[in-house]
Amino acid sequence: MRLAGAPGQPGETSTAGLPLRFKISNLNFFYGAKQALCNINLDVPVNRVTALIGPSGCGKSTFLRNLNRMQETIRGTRLEGEILLDSQDVLQMDVVKLRRRVGMVFQRPNPFPKSIFENVAYGLKINGYSGRLKEHVEKSLRRAALWDEVKDKLNQSAYALSGGQQQRLCIARALAVDPEVLLLDEPCSALDPVTTAKIEELMFQLKGICTMVIVTHNMQQAARASDFTAFLLDGKLIEHAVTSQLFTTPADPRTEAYITGRFG
Amino acid sequence: MTDFYNGEGNHPLDKTVPSSIAMKLRMLWRKSLNLVMLSVTAACALVTVSVLVFILGYLVWHGGSSLSWNFFTKLPAPVGETGGGLANAIVGSAKLLLIASLIGIPIGLMGGVYLAEFGGRTFPFMVRYATDLLNGVPSIIIGIFAYTVVVVPMHHFSTLAGGCALGIIMIPIAVRSTEEFLRAVPRGMREAAMALGASKWRTVLTVVVPAAFQGILTGLMLDIARVAGETAPLLFTAFSNRYWSPGWNQPIASLPVMIYTYAISPYDEWHEQAWAAGLVLMGLVLLANIGARLVLSRRASFSRS
Repeated sequence: MRLAGAPGQPGETSTAGLPLRFKISNLNFFYGAKQALCNINLDVPVNRVTALIGPSGCGKSTFLRNLNRMQETIRGTRLEGEILLDSQDVLQMDVVKLRRRVGMVFQRPNPFPKSIFENVAYGLKINGYSGRLKEHVEKSLRRAALWDEVKDKLNQSAYALSGGQQQRLCIARALAVDPEVLLLDEPCSALDPVTTAKIEELMFQLKGICTMVIVTHNMQQAARASDFTAFLLDGKLIEHAVTSQLFTTPADPRTEAYITGRFG
Repeated sequence: MTDFYNGEGNHPLDKTVPSSIAMKLRMLWRKSLNLVMLSVTAACALVTVSVLVFILGYLVWHGGSSLSWNFFTKLPAPVGETGGGLANAIVGSAKLLLIASLIGIPIGLMGGVYLAEFGGRTFPFMVRYATDLLNGVPSIIIGIFAYTVVVVPMHHFSTLAGGCALGIIMIPIAVRSTEEFLRAVPRGMREAAMALGASKWRTVLTVVVPAAFQGILTGLMLDIARVAGETAPLLFTAFSNRYWSPGWNQPIASLPVMIYTYAISPYDEWHEQAWAAGLVLMGLVLLANIGARLVLSRRASFSRS
């Protein structure tokens, strides 16, 4: 099985010059009175994989969930700053439209209590897509490397699948609506290494058509699978660079301390 | 330092050095206390079960012999005549429960959905509190309420009034059980739907409610079984009827009221009919309870991972 591709396209040394999907400026986020994110400025380039790494509680998931405004669903939170998606302000956009362009895969697989087919078709149906559902569902399941395993049991409940299969189903479900961005919040943390490799392979294949931002606890995964990596600590962005550069010659001593395992 | 290990000094927790007899007595006391508590609690549990078994046994013994085809198909016969039945009461109870469900289920469901999914802090709290209070209102008072609001303006007893009274009793239970089962749906499922671009109401309608469906259904089944046995509110809303009750605007017979009427009468044939009616009613309640458990257990074996 081929490992996910080389970090960064050859010749890319930074995000400068690349078209950006997200441009985040001066992002501050509060849970009530407690500040969880401090003044984050980050550029997420188009059709590349950006990894967010950092110790537990540093705000990686919080940051990720702000990109599709999922944090709004929690009471008492406040967001300041600017998030631009293709130069459109995310906070002014209709949140439903935003979430159709920016999909999300969660840490624990969360399929709906419906059949496999209905799970993947859900996003399409709520978008009013009434065309050839079967073809779209098959395409998504193939992209998620799940088609061969489920093509004979599309009408069975999604709960009959194993954990790894359910997570790939969730990825297929997110991909069904052809999002421009896919946010992945530690998608492999509950999965075995074989399934993890399959998902990293999937990310490699999606790279040319989908911008991905992945939060991961696993530094080796970030090194394997991403083009750019951002290191967060205590809600602040410490360093953001091409993956190979960040892991071999980090600019900040805290980054070096984290990646060499001195803490975290 | 005192050397406790080698017998110097006294440990602060020792009042005296215990002799082996004193220790044995203490152990015996502890063991007998355990035994007494076990026996008392087991006996209370046994009494609880025995009461149910006793009631069921009595019903089956007395009512079983009066159950017949006539019971289910014939109207009440004049006193002294045999061959009568309580068909009108069975149908009557069904009609009353139908109206009660039409009132109680939608309001209860929507109210439960609101409490579980929407709302801030103070209003849902007040709603929940009011619901619990409504649940505690004695059913006869709800009967008086329905009497004042439906019977008096209409100038006569009716199925509608009885159904309204039962529907009001149904509401608080439906609200709370719906809310509980909706809350039990994991948050991840809602987030998954919202991350796909589903609005809040769409998430609730297409993902959360179907996920909680089996639980909500059992809650409603138990709710209906509960109000099926309510007698007091029917006494002056639906009243009673010796004959069929066409439409919805006339007094109607119902199983609980007939049990009451027949049980306090001086006629033995009527007493037997009351037993049979009690058995039928109890059968309905048991069916609903067992059915509810079956539905819920089927759900539990459904999900894996």
